[in-house]
Amino acid sequence: MSDKSLIIRAKLPFSGHTIDVNEIVPLTGTTALFGPSGSGKSTLLRVIAGLETRGNLFVEFKEEIWTDTKSKIFRPPHQRSVGMVFQEDRLFPHLDVSGNLSFANKRCRKVASPITMKRVVEALDLAKLLTAHPSTLSGGEKQRVALGRTLLTQPELLLLDEPLSALDIRRKAELLPFLDKIPREFGVPMIFVSHAIDEVARLADEVILLSPNGHVSARGPIPEIFDTQEMHDFTGKFEAGSFLQVTVTGQDVKFQITTLKFAGKVLRMPMVASLNIGDRIRLRVRARDVAIAVKRPEGISIRNTIAATISEIKAEPNTAFAEIIFTVGAQSLRARITRQAVAELGLEVGQDAFALIKSVSFDRRMMISALG
Amino acid sequence: MMVDLSPLWLTIQLAGTTTVFLLLLGTPLAWWLANTTAKARPFVEALTALPIVLPPTVIGFYFLILLSPTSTIGRFWVNITGETLTFSFTGLVIASMFYSLPFMVQPLQTAFQAIGRAPMEAAAMLRASPINAFFTVAVPLVRRGFLTATVLSFTHTIGEFGVVLMVGGNIPGQTKVISIAIYEHVETLQYAQAHQLAGGLMIFSFIVLLAVYSMNRKLAIHVG
Repeated sequence: MSDKSLIIRAKLPFSGHTIDVNEIVPLTGTTALFGPSGSGKSTLLRVIAGLETRGNLFVEFKEEIWTDTKSKIFRPPHQRSVGMVFQEDRLFPHLDVSGNLSFANKRCRKVASPITMKRVVEALDLAKLLTAHPSTLSGGEKQRVALGRTLLTQPELLLLDEPLSALDIRRKAELLPFLDKIPREFGVPMIFVSHAIDEVARLADEVILLSPNGHVSARGPIPEIFDTQEMHDFTGKFEAGSFLQVTVTGQDVKFQITTLKFAGKVLRMPMVASLNIGDRIRLRVRARDVAIAVKRPEGISIRNTIAATISEIKAEPNTAFAEIIFTVGAQSLRARITRQAVAELGLEVGQDAFALIKSVSFDRRMMISALG
Repeated sequence: MMVDLSPLWLTIQLAGTTTVFLLLLGTPLAWWLANTTAKARPFVEALTALPIVLPPTVIGFYFLILLSPTSTIGRFWVNITGETLTFSFTGLVIASMFYSLPFMVQPLQTAFQAIGRAPMEAAAMLRASPINAFFTVAVPLVRRGFLTATVLSFTHTIGEFGVVLMVGGNIPGQTKVISIAIYEHVETLQYAQAHQLAGGLMIFSFIVLLAVYSMNRKLAIHVG
């Protein structure tokens, strides 16, 4: 196998079902292990880390076998070059923040690396917290320290076990940008576990979808994975949507609008000040936020009207709804409208129409994702 | 007449020695009990708890037999050291260790169980070996458990009477600890001497406990 991948085979009983997984995970970018609670996502991370030893397990990391229960090979967790951030921060309460960071720094792999105490403190904004005691920190601050501590071990792979799930929405929004920049800033690939679609959409390059019974039901890069039936089955039509890869073309300070370009079309959204002109970003547009017109509408408040060709119409049996898929350049855009509207407007595959995207539908939290 | 204070020093020596050896033996035992899934665990736990329920005379009686020069262990000891284990300071330490074992093991086991596996896993993920993680994470986290266990073992050993009487007898400077000396003073109606030793022991114990409880608060780790 490639020297840049992780092979994991696991078959073990877990809360009433059997986790049965056989995957090769590339050690680049960010991979999301996505699935419902109780499907065994966290257990798979623990298998990689060597914290889970039950069952038939095989883990090979960059051509080194770490776990092979058949031939009784087992590399102890502390000798594996992975770092894990747990769902609960697990900071050591007998040490202050700086003590927690040095605990890792003292024991790190001795390698030339861009990860230094100084850069970690800077990137995760920890300077003000160094002398603080873990018990005095907010949930988001604790996870930042936990993340920094783990980075300082110089891991070759970062495992994140629902690092956001214990946080409220505001803290989550605070921590997300930090998680987002780690692969770029430090060049460490990540596998993270989540059952929240917005986190996955925001952070992941590739998604491995785990079914409730512990099997991999679908796998693929974003945005393609979001087009699969398996993903829809899990997230429901309500969340269905499309991803658009766009380029930032302007910041209108007066109206607080960011303008974007994709496939020769212009989009506008409420300004995100942190973006720079030329940035490539990913937008998520929920299908229920896209309306359709057969003629270019005039005198309308919606700013984003895109001429596009209908490539597919999927009626949802036994519901009022149908899904219309437009092709715009090489990308696709989904709209969810009623079947009655499809019939009355006489929509057909191959027809040119206008997709109306309510600009307010851009969700700040899941909106930006660097594509490299 | 000035009271002979040597029983007091002997008692502190015995309790100190017993506590140090118990720390060395009881800590790994408590760690094992807190973490093992072995079937033998309840047996070891029951054995460890025996001294709580048994009358000290029972423990003393069996140790008298076990350590006597006619037994395998006793004879072995005589062969290598030339001294008997019974009616000696060494024999007292061995018997006291068993007598105070639960007071060392149980607080530690409870403390180790309370911190759970999570901190050790976190330490392993920060590349600390299990031994290293034990000393740098588990031990500091359970320092109050260590304080409790140490104090309980020490004070419990100071208070022993039955075991000492059976195994050690009443040899001045060797096995005549404070509880035996007080008993002897009372038997011989030397109440003044009995008062001095008993009162001294009470004041000493109070000061030790006062120091411990003051320290206990300072040692608290804020978990939140």
